[in-house]
Amino acid sequence: MTNVPIDRVDVLGDKPESEPPNNWRHYFSFSTDHKVIGIQYLVTSFIFFLIGGVFSMVIRAELITPEADFLDRTLYNSMFTMHGTIMIFLWIFPSLVGLSNYLVPLMIGAQDMAFPRLNAVAFWLVPIFGILLMATFFLPDGTAQSGWWVYPPVSTQNPSGRLINGQAVWILAVAISGISSIMGAVNFVTTIVKMRAPGMTFFRMPIFVWTVLSAQLIQLTALPALTAGAVMLLFDLTVGTAFFNPDKGGNPILFQHFFWFYSHPAVYVMVLPIFGVFSEIFPAFSRKPLFGYNVVAVSSMVIAGVSILVWVHHMYTSGTPGWMRLVFMLSTMCVAVPTGIKIFAWTATIWRGKLRLDTPMLFALGGMVMFLFAGITGIMLASVPIDIHVNNTYFVVGHFHYVVNSTITMGMFAAIYFWFPKMTGRMYYEGLGKLHFWLAFLGNNLTFLPMHPAGLQGMVRRISSYDPEYAFWNVLSSLGAFLLGMSTLPFILNIVGSWIQGEPAPANPWRAIGLEWLVSSPPPVENFEQPPVVVSAPYGYGKSEPLIAGANSSDSP
Amino acid sequence: MDSSLTSQPIEPPAHATAAHTHDVQGTSLFGFIVFLLSESMIFFSFFAGYIALKTTTPDWSPPGMEQLEVFSPAINTIVLVSSSLVIYFAEEALKRHKLTLFRVFWFLTSAMGAYFLVGQAIEWRSLPFGFTDGVFGGSFYLLTGFHGLHVLTGILLQFLMLARSFIPGNYDTGHVGVTEVSLFWHFVDVIWIILFCLIYLWQ
Ligand code: HEM
Ligand SMILES: [Cu+2]
Repeated sequence: MTNVPIDRVDVLGDKPESEPPNNWRHYFSFSTDHKVIGIQYLVTSFIFFLIGGVFSMVIRAELITPEADFLDRTLYNSMFTMHGTIMIFLWIFPSLVGLSNYLVPLMIGAQDMAFPRLNAVAFWLVPIFGILLMATFFLPDGTAQSGWWVYPPVSTQNPSGRLINGQAVWILAVAISGISSIMGAVNFVTTIVKMRAPGMTFFRMPIFVWTVLSAQLIQLTALPALTAGAVMLLFDLTVGTAFFNPDKGGNPILFQHFFWFYSHPAVYVMVLPIFGVFSEIFPAFSRKPLFGYNVVAVSSMVIAGVSILVWVHHMYTSGTPGWMRLVFMLSTMCVAVPTGIKIFAWTATIWRGKLRLDTPMLFALGGMVMFLFAGITGIMLASVPIDIHVNNTYFVVGHFHYVVNSTITMGMFAAIYFWFPKMTGRMYYEGLGKLHFWLAFLGNNLTFLPMHPAGLQGMVRRISSYDPEYAFWNVLSSLGAFLLGMSTLPFILNIVGSWIQGEPAPANPWRAIGLEWLVSSPPPVENFEQPPVVVSAPYGYGKSEPLIAGANSSDSP
Repeated sequence: MDSSLTSQPIEPPAHATAAHTHDVQGTSLFGFIVFLLSESMIFFSFFAGYIALKTTTPDWSPPGMEQLEVFSPAINTIVLVSSSLVIYFAEEALKRHKLTLFRVFWFLTSAMGAYFLVGQAIEWRSLPFGFTDGVFGGSFYLLTGFHGLHVLTGILLQFLMLARSFIPGNYDTGHVGVTEVSLFWHFVDVIWIILFCLIYLWQ
């Protein structure tokens, strides 16, 4: 009898310390703590980023000379297919989900996500389908070879006749990724709508939370279309149905619609949270409130809405009728408006601020500048006459790499440097961070800028040999790619070194404003002892309002 | 500092505790509705694909078949759709804590769902075309099959909820699971009505 209460007290008293967030074993367990899951996502996706990066360097090694002299052609097909697939489904998506997982509950003053166990399941699906995808290298007929967009009829070829072939497993893996994404999306939307701390009204949420909300709403609406298309494709490939098979009356263009109905909005799923990251970093390093908070918040939702209506700009040359080309040209150009508003707001935020050029700020600034360039080439591609000329060339490859690598990946690094002290309780080494930035910035431009002239001159994408007239641009591009590969070395060194023996980080090393900066670094398991009561708008830089009620002014800048 | 504190609207403290011991059932229901909305997009994608294929395919009907028979699928439809009403009665009974009545109506719902599935299986077996026979064959089996899978899932979930009703006191504090399964069932019915119109009425 007397033992019972004592045991109880023991268990209760133990609980917060029993799982120190820095215990590395934690990260290999089925943890339901959103902070652990966030870091699990980030580390897993970074490993795949390295694999995808190696593939890209293999591709660039082949392209450094005009002849196809380095790789077998089918292996070359594998390389660009797997490179694109890994970078999108195993680097950008999961790393963003990881970042959002870590930050959203903290930023809205919640203890965890709405469905912690669902969250953990969604994460563990990522290594599963990642390994499944990589395992196709060991199949007798190798990996999928039809590019990341898997258009039929290329993707419905199965020369070996085996049921388990690279393409079928590819579709399966992407389907699992889709399941994981939908679980995540349900969780994020529910968390943001239902779990906000008292006083955290929608228009007091940090922009990052707004962008996650809009991105996840896109996932919920658009991803099912890809699922539908993938199911039909899988049946065409494995049992011989006729959906996309013109020989039997099917329509291969229909798959392109399914694919782009999702995959265009998907580019905004990828870029919106990065817009959120920029919106957090610029005010903190300029010591000024975000310019036009309400408009920036709403513009994310507008982008999400419009992005559902522009997909045919990827199909101008797929036998698309003239009226449709015109409609989608106009709708595509409309996306530029809310996007432009954001760039304007960031510029106005930085304008005449007291800038501090620490590593996160450098990456954010570099990312924004390169995004501006990508937006300009995007608008060029949106106009039908230009696109007819350059579609399927390296101009397109250049355009989207300026987004996916130069903006999103750079923005992800900005985020990692910015929140690394919060996540680990350690500071990183500023010098290595700056070195990383300059290598990455130069590497990006050296790799992707030459793709534009090459494309304008007519060099098509997804080829392993090309006319020697394009050699000059390709040599530049390949050198850039190796530089870019090198640039990750200081990053790895920095992160691993700092995590092990960096200087201890204070709760708020950037003197930034936000709920996540009010708790210790790393935050306690339950995030907040008391639910914070939010009493003012975000980004109160230069003002003396406290962010939460009863705060001991630790948040005033 | 102090003046700015008081000038800001502060939510009543009752909310503060509500946030941490948050409304679990409401959150669960909200999440489930979000999921259903997303799930409906898969069906709408299939519907859009069906319409696109039907309006552009030259030889739509499979060889050897003129028209789908409508009569027995219509009976099936009536059974499935009226089961939505039955499950509603079940839910109402549970709200009034009439557990036995709940079980009767709940079980009746599953039985009607099972009738629908069996009816569909019989229809499938009598059809002269298969999954790989042309675009129509594929679309027909894909749509009805994918929907049938949802009916089956619904029935399994209903069994789970029925079993839980035998745990003493299980539904005393709330029954969000029952609400969700019943929502799912209505969803499956509505999808079927659209599907029926697309496949059987629009020939
Ligand atoms: C101002 C905004 C943008 C506009 C107007 C725009 C426009 C376009 C157009 C018209 C194409 C099709 C080119 C073709 O295939 O012939 C395209 C391709 C692409 N864009 Fe953008 N884009 C914009 C921003 C973005 C963003 C933010 C992302 C990514 C986050 C992105 C990623 C891509 C990708 C991945 C492709 C090529 C996909 C492929 O063919 O494999 N774009 N863009
Ligand atoms: Cu697009």
